[in-house]
Amino acid sequence: MSLDNATVRTIANLARIEVPEADLPHLAKELSTILGWVEQLGQVNTEGVAPLASVTGELALPWRADAVTDGAYPDKILANAPEAANGFFLVPKVVE
Amino acid sequence: MTQLTDLTLAHARLGLRNKHFSAVELTQAYLDAMAKAKPLNAYITETPELALAQAKAADARLAKSEAGALEGLPIAIKDLFCTAGVRTTAGSKILGSFVPPYESTVSAKLKAAGAVMLGKANLDEFAMGSANITSHFGPVENPWKSKRDPQARLVPGGSSGGSAAAVAAKIALAATGTDTGGSIRQPASFCGIVGIKPTYGRCSRYGIVAFASSLDQAGPMARTVEDAALMLVAMAGHDPLDSTSAPQPVPDFAAAINRGVQGLKVGVPKEYRPDGLDPAIARLWDQGLEWLVAAGAKVVPVSLPHTSYALATYYIVAPAEASSNLARYDGVRFGLRVGGETLDDLYRKTRAEGFGTEVRRRILIGTYVLSAGYYDAYYAKAQKVRALIAKDFRQAFDQVDCLLTPTAPSAAFAIGANSDDPITMYLNDVFTVPTSLAGLPGLSLPAGLSADGLPLGLQLIGRPFDEETLFAAAQVIENAAGLFPVAGGRP
Amino acid sequence: MSDSAYRVEGQTGTWEVVIGLEVHAQVISKAKLFSGAAADFGALPNSQVSFVDAAFPGMLPVINETCVEQAVRTGLGLKAAINPISVFARKNYFYADLPAGYQISQYDKPIVGEGTVLLDLADGKTRAVGIERLHLEQDAGKSLHDQHPSKSYIDLNRAGVALMEIVSKPDLRSPEEAGAYLRKLRSILRYLGTCDGNMEEGSMRCDINVSVRHPGEPLRTRCEVKNVNSVRFVMQAIEAEATRQVELYESGGTVVQETRLYDPAKGETRSMRSKEHAHDYRYFPDPDLLPLVLAPDFVARIKASLPELPDEKKERFMRDYGLSPYDAGVLVTDRAAADYYEAVAKGRDPKTAANYVMGDLFGALNRTGRTIENPPVAAQALGQLIDRIGDGTLSGRLAKEVFELMVETGKDADALIAEKGLKQVTDTGAIETAIDQVMAANADKVAEYRSGKDKLFGFFVGQVMKATQGKANPALVNDLLKRKLAG
Repeated sequence: MSLDNATVRTIANLARIEVPEADLPHLAKELSTILGWVEQLGQVNTEGVAPLASVTGELALPWRADAVTDGAYPDKILANAPEAANGFFLVPKVVE
Repeated sequence: MTQLTDLTLAHARLGLRNKHFSAVELTQAYLDAMAKAKPLNAYITETPELALAQAKAADARLAKSEAGALEGLPIAIKDLFCTAGVRTTAGSKILGSFVPPYESTVSAKLKAAGAVMLGKANLDEFAMGSANITSHFGPVENPWKSKRDPQARLVPGGSSGGSAAAVAAKIALAATGTDTGGSIRQPASFCGIVGIKPTYGRCSRYGIVAFASSLDQAGPMARTVEDAALMLVAMAGHDPLDSTSAPQPVPDFAAAINRGVQGLKVGVPKEYRPDGLDPAIARLWDQGLEWLVAAGAKVVPVSLPHTSYALATYYIVAPAEASSNLARYDGVRFGLRVGGETLDDLYRKTRAEGFGTEVRRRILIGTYVLSAGYYDAYYAKAQKVRALIAKDFRQAFDQVDCLLTPTAPSAAFAIGANSDDPITMYLNDVFTVPTSLAGLPGLSLPAGLSADGLPLGLQLIGRPFDEETLFAAAQVIENAAGLFPVAGGRP
Repeated sequence: MSDSAYRVEGQTGTWEVVIGLEVHAQVISKAKLFSGAAADFGALPNSQVSFVDAAFPGMLPVINETCVEQAVRTGLGLKAAINPISVFARKNYFYADLPAGYQISQYDKPIVGEGTVLLDLADGKTRAVGIERLHLEQDAGKSLHDQHPSKSYIDLNRAGVALMEIVSKPDLRSPEEAGAYLRKLRSILRYLGTCDGNMEEGSMRCDINVSVRHPGEPLRTRCEVKNVNSVRFVMQAIEAEATRQVELYESGGTVVQETRLYDPAKGETRSMRSKEHAHDYRYFPDPDLLPLVLAPDFVARIKASLPELPDEKKERFMRDYGLSPYDAGVLVTDRAAADYYEAVAKGRDPKTAANYVMGDLFGALNRTGRTIENPPVAAQALGQLIDRIGDGTLSGRLAKEVFELMVETGKDADALIAEKGLKQVTDTGAIETAIDQVMAANADKVAEYRSGKDKLFGFFVGQVMKATQGKANPALVNDLLKRKLAG
């Protein structure tokens, strides 16, 4: 797969990473090379193979009891915040 | 004269218990060594005051015979494990000043066992790299020097490069690492130490900054097989805070090292001997097999037919998971914020500025392979190939008890080499990635030196939750090969 | 389709409206879906947030068993298939109140599959609406945009609270059906105790998919109207959106698939431009969680513990109490009301009981603002009142008066009858005296009556009742009047 500049721009937008226009061609080439390389998987016959999402085998998803055991430490939640006031995180105003 | 820092973890442990020296003395010896080894850049954050306070408390417990399993033993913690009140960066600018208000399960267990934390070890940014050159806090230097080019600064491997260099340079008795595609084993091989990535689920992932959740696994890095076993006993165990943590009892790994390999069937996968494999590595591999056979093991040729597809599979699965795992670094709740007019602008600038080149590259690849119209061709396809790779191993383990392979396709290379093209760098993990994809335990130990006098590792791969067999076989190889202290003593 | 089907009349013809609803129902649980932080409303900002909810580095989700149980219970209540294996997936997008940059949801393998909701229509008939699926997912936090001129404030207390997304098939054809569907769904959720159904507080929210077509046509492009928070607004939004689409088609335009918002003040929907740039949620199985596996005995145990649900209760009320489908439907909407009714009806005339509950009691609840859980007149007290009608102590009219006094004073019927002397007069002599006085005072009318003006009978009844302050037994008054007037 060869990515064009527009596709890289779209991906970068989805990932919320600013990419200067000037960097797009270089990045497109680099990503295309990697994607071209991983496309060797096309050679593998995977008909009837179920995708493996987890290697934990027979392990069942563990359940937690419904009890309030956490939270109630707003100071710790906000301690690393770049901007906070009155117990809230602050971000530039979002217009709906 | 033998220095305190020359002792192995097992010997230092004995020395403390027999009151030959105190934990404070031992810790001070390490702090002194760290001060001299600054140029290696093995630590991002050193915590000498905390270490001495912990050592003092350890001495008190040792005096009262209340010592934990690792009481008073100074170790390094990879800076991917969150440590309460101690800055945790993941090697990234985006977490450059992040101080977690909580402790990872693994580091908490080590603390509870009495271990002393010397500091937070350097690593590739978000554990993405194989040479420890992607850290925002600068590259780590391997304490080993090439005989051919003694001036060259070599990489320690990655991503747990700071941990490996610290253990090899004797500025930590042992260290924690994490391994997603080889990040414990490959640097262990490059630095001439022992490292084990246990079975996926053996150690809790709670509090470890995530790279690729279905692959990430913590493990120890140490100077001997026994040291690694002692560390793993303290680190492992079921954790209800991690849904993928296995409810398995933790065996006494240190007891397994003397089991021997009599009658053990050791598999040799033919796919790990590609054309062009470094002859020194091929020879060392054969040597390793001979040592095992001499101790009573039986060598069985096996085939893992999908091996050559493992790297490509990994470079779809890992970036995909990473692209999602790293979305939380958005400049809102913690970490770097680069101001913007709008929220989207803030996101874009923060993440462009906060992530390094390799991390950005992997996020973009991961975003692409999950995006509409490409999911089936890339991500779903990779998960199917992953199933075939896991099946290859299951079939092999019907015939054998463990596998022996090289750990990495080369010895340590110079800082700056192999970095023009990402794929060349990715090839470092060609022998370690399949094990990660299958979730199996893999142990690397030094078995010999290259023509340039650099350490080379061999990898033992085992059945799920059968780390004991790996420790037993590794001890046999270690007995035969000896240890590999950094040539020329210390840096 | 019946003749009464809902249609939008355009200039070029008649249009049918096709509606599907996605309801987000907050699960009743103490803690959040994947963390141990409290899930209730109203706390100080960020005080019910764990490091997991705020997506701090290295934090991992562990699922709350009660949330799983509630989803299964709801699925069973919707007569739906319970999937023994379901998968949590990440839905990836950036938003200020979505801390991880993804929402843990379920995508192609939800916990609950296809089911059915029966609508109770105004004519007493029912209509089946298909449920497509139900899945579990995390709620997002809350953004406050009005606290600061240039900043939005983020509170993560809601982040991670368990929601059930219940998706209907596009089976609804009118605003009324959509309203009936929501009311029925809310009723079922409340019976099950899995969601409090409070749309005003946001514990039940609704996204509406609307399209229009000429009857018989295949489906056309739909628009999604997001986050409507009352049954009334849902009905209004459908009407507004259907009208907009019809006008668009008829003026030569086309409907673009998009997300819209309903503005109740203006009575119209508008495009949400902020959500317009292409979404690509990049769903994939959450590698921090394993597939959710439900053991057959787990599901069986929940099934065995299900309460009698509105549809079954309605059937039983019709069968056992002889109620009309409409009355039965009204009485079972709310479980507490149904229980109240049954307590009143037990051993009494069920129709009288139904009339009192649906008329006088519901009226009193509305007037006093009280709820059926805390009624102004207890079921036992209403029963006693009805008993006094049965034994002739009170006339129907007196009983209504006593009921109002019960609401006002909280006293029971017997106490009020004694206190106010409201006992019905059944003494023939007293009534005859009153009749004689009325006839004497209205001799002219007596003559008119006797000359054939039958209609005056009502006048005499009224006068006699007035003279007895309404306490005379109406049946006796009728009998005696007829006889005396006949001369």
